[in-house]
Amino acid sequence: MVKLRFAQRDPMAEQSDIAAGRLDKAAYEQGFSSDAKVPLDQRRALIEASRCYFCYDAPCVEACPTSIDIPSFIRKISTHNIRGAALDILEPNIFGGACARVCPVEELCEEACVRDAQETKPVAIGLLQRFATDRFFETGEQPFTRAAPSGKRIAVVGAGPAGLSCAHRLARLGHEVVVYDARDKAGGLNEYGIAAYKVVGDFAQKEVDFILAIGGITLETGKALGKDLSLDDLRRDFDAVFLAMGQAGVRAVGAGGEDLTGVEPAVDFIARLRQAPDLAALPVGRRIVVIGGGNTAIDAAIQSKRLGAEDVTLVYRRGPDEMGATDHEQEFAQTEGVKIKHWAKPVRFVGDNGVLSGVEFEYTQLAGGKLEGTGDTFVVPADMALTAVGQVLVEDPVKDGAKETLNISGGRIVIGEQGHTSLKGVYAGGDCVEGNDLTVQAVEDGKVTARAIDDDLRG
Amino acid sequence: MADLRTNFAGIKSPNPFWLASGPPTDKAYNVERAFEAGWGGVVWKTVGEQVVNVSSRYGANAYNGTRVAGFTNIELISDRPVEVNLEEIRAVKKRWPDRAVVVSLMVPCEETAWKNILPAVEDTGCDGIELNFGCPHGMSERGMGAAVGQVPEYVTMVTEWAKAYSDMPVIVKLTPNVNDVLYPARAAVDGKTDAVSLINTVASVIGVDLDTMSPLPEVNGKGSHGGYCGPAVKPIALRMIGDIAREFGSGLPISGIGGIATWRDAAEHIAMGSGTVQVCTAAMHQGFKIVEDMADGLSNWMDSKGYRTIDDFRGQAIENYVRWENLDMNYEIVARIDQDACIKCGLCHIACEDTAHQAITARSNGERRYEVVDKECVGCNLCMLVCPVENCITMERVDNGKPYVSWIDDPRNPANQQAAE
Ligand SMILES: Cc1cc2nc3c(=O)[nH]c(=O)nc-3n(C[C@H](O)[C@H](O)[C@H](O)COP(=O)(O)OP(=O)(O)OC[C@H]3O[C@@H](n4cnc5c(N)ncnc54)[C@H](O)[C@@H]3O)c2cc1C
Ligand SMILES: Cc1cc2nc3c(=O)[nH]c(=O)nc-3n(C[C@H](O)[C@H](O)[C@H](O)COP(=O)(O)O)c2cc1C
Ligand code: SF4
Ligand code: SF4
Ligand code: SF4
Repeated sequence: MVKLRFAQRDPMAEQSDIAAGRLDKAAYEQGFSSDAKVPLDQRRALIEASRCYFCYDAPCVEACPTSIDIPSFIRKISTHNIRGAALDILEPNIFGGACARVCPVEELCEEACVRDAQETKPVAIGLLQRFATDRFFETGEQPFTRAAPSGKRIAVVGAGPAGLSCAHRLARLGHEVVVYDARDKAGGLNEYGIAAYKVVGDFAQKEVDFILAIGGITLETGKALGKDLSLDDLRRDFDAVFLAMGQAGVRAVGAGGEDLTGVEPAVDFIARLRQAPDLAALPVGRRIVVIGGGNTAIDAAIQSKRLGAEDVTLVYRRGPDEMGATDHEQEFAQTEGVKIKHWAKPVRFVGDNGVLSGVEFEYTQLAGGKLEGTGDTFVVPADMALTAVGQVLVEDPVKDGAKETLNISGGRIVIGEQGHTSLKGVYAGGDCVEGNDLTVQAVEDGKVTARAIDDDLRG
Repeated sequence: MADLRTNFAGIKSPNPFWLASGPPTDKAYNVERAFEAGWGGVVWKTVGEQVVNVSSRYGANAYNGTRVAGFTNIELISDRPVEVNLEEIRAVKKRWPDRAVVVSLMVPCEETAWKNILPAVEDTGCDGIELNFGCPHGMSERGMGAAVGQVPEYVTMVTEWAKAYSDMPVIVKLTPNVNDVLYPARAAVDGKTDAVSLINTVASVIGVDLDTMSPLPEVNGKGSHGGYCGPAVKPIALRMIGDIAREFGSGLPISGIGGIATWRDAAEHIAMGSGTVQVCTAAMHQGFKIVEDMADGLSNWMDSKGYRTIDDFRGQAIENYVRWENLDMNYEIVARIDQDACIKCGLCHIACEDTAHQAITARSNGERRYEVVDKECVGCNLCMLVCPVENCITMERVDNGKPYVSWIDDPRNPANQQAAE
């Protein structure tokens, strides 16, 4: 049994309860250091692999943004050709290990699997991908080699999945790459954003190490575009520039009281959690309100619950079908004890002496296809409010003082088919461009753009 | 990276994976797709006397959820005119000079028939010929195929004609439908064949439709026997290949055929002495792309074992393939059950209790508990084979301190007891 520890409360004073160490040590282990999806052992991997039909022109492959040859790698697992299986995965997707853990497979490959249509039980592609890559990484082999030096240098801004995927492909093609990142560690949201129980332990850093080990990639952390570097400098000093800065800003809720102590963007809370050396020392509210309907909201809700919060309420302004989070993730949150409330929008963060005590919401409804408030309100008491109504591209670093301005529209850098931006020699991909904001898409963008850069540079 | 290239009786191919004579090699269209997918060679669908094929043609032995555990066919040789086949063979070989293109032949057992067809085949530029002495159905009733392969004198005679009327490497394809494959193999060697390939299909009836009472596959209410192949026949092939490799050593190149679907199957065929391997059913089941894992998997495995070329491990199992009388009579093993892995299904117990040596308990102190009674266990493997949990039951060596003794020298051999008396 998990024992919850709440601060000794003075019934006279309604004080905010944000505290660390609410749980037993074991509960933190259970909640954050064990995989959300239990990995397959050899035997179960073989049974699962035997369920694959080795389809021709397989629909699962079509559904994978990086087009991993799924039937091929699964067959190789069956024949104990683990190296071959892992290379089938890593060749088109160098983040195959992360993707095996974080991809929403229920709406990608596994949704397309013919066995889902046949018996509502798709082949567990994600788990098999994890099996193959985990076993392969255990060997410590570095399977990729570099082509003859091209003499070209490329700058990559952002060491997330998009940036590193691009850098790795460029290094393979014989180019020299310098990757700049504003943060202390590389990995982007794999390191700072994805839920801890999806990438347990130090997997994200190990994967970065594996990617960098190919050579030819210099990593410069703690270097921010717009502060330590400018786009003009990079364009001058390098043969090409790949922008992969993700969405480093957060959208404000736009309700009063957002500056109260206890109100925080969910991504900041998650980043803090992902970097905490000791989760028991991480303070968390007794009552949490999460605002938003995407995966960030779900992840923040689940992780605060797992940190020991007593009541976690996720409030979304529309219905379940409109939520960005998949059905699977909504269900997961609910089984974790998160209460999901639909059809209500935040009006005001309520506080005492500058400290949050609750969030006031107004019920919403659709009228003629438009969302509107009904006028009825309610307050959810809260010690912490985590806002997750969207991340945005921080535009200043690429705009400020630049000789030519980069075309940005709707908060995303505008690109052509292969990552070309409006500026010559400047490319972009990942979350900073229009797309589905998934790790696997960022990896694909990086790969496709690296090929385009290579083509352009070799003329 | 392992080198998969092979030189088989003078026929070169970039890897040892050939498609066996059959539907996958019946036309230029299929063969070119196969080469694009990476197959190292083909044996063209048997060319010969004009035939007509029936519909339906195939049957499968679906077993416990596996759709094609075994496969059968009542198809004859190519039903397309010889000239059309030969023209396509010429064109394909021209476009794919680095791949092996071997032509399978079957014509009546008359010297003139062979004398007529061989120059035309040789003229296509193909790399060699395979004599189909194996087809167990239809053709054999017309005095060809297995009807030739089962009579050693005919095998020698036709092989001699093939050598006499062409300069191409000759591969004799042997039928498994004989008592001892060494007789036709020796006959082929007597006829100066360059190599043998085996096995062709095993005469069989794949099943009976219990409603129509027709043997399968069914042709308008009737069935006739067909040729069995696919995963189920690999053991038969390995044994016959092993017998030939043991007798002839590396003096007689063998192209292994039968139940090959993965690189592991191929590696086993090669370890038993095959220089190249041929595949039919597995390609018919899942398409030509299976060759990718075959090549990649074999190469990775060879690297992991330090084998650089196919020859490095070819026939490595042969010196360990001995006659029963040479096995070690003093070798002792007993079953061990990993109690943590055991799911308590009781299958090991009932197998041993009902059909072997009553060496596995079912309960202990009222609890389900499966334990080996060492002194009753004869080390037969049965429980390990039926246990659904891999590595749950293992066979462990008992150190009895006794040296190797063969049956020939074993004092328990009645022949030795008589000698001692
Ligand atoms: C909370 C959360 C959970 C998520 N969960 C999932 C999931 O389960 N599955 C999934 O597929 N996707 C998930 N995503 C989305 C996924 O993480 C992103 O789509 C993906 O990381 C995008 O990769 P990227 O390389 O474009 O950007 P990022 O991963 O954001 O990397 C961008 C990098 O650029 C750096 N940077 C930013 N600005 C600058 C600058 N000015 N100068 C230098 N460097 C800069 C940043 O520090 C960062 O390292 C999640 C996202 C969030 C926020
Ligand atoms: C449908 C079918 C047709 C075949 N036709 C021929 C043939 O024309 N000539 C021949 O030599 N073998 C023929 N075979 C036998 C195969 O070449 C091969 O020897 C046999 O199928 C065993 O290999 P497998 O287990 O990989 O299928 C045929 C097999 C099948 C399944
Ligand atoms: S769709 Fe499913 S069964 Fe078909 S190849 Fe993909 S994983 Fe295998
Ligand atoms: S496999 Fe092709 S030729 Fe054969 S029955 Fe089906 S559709 Fe007809
Ligand atoms: S067959 Fe295997 S799993 Fe079943 S009871 Fe015996 S040892 Fe246990």
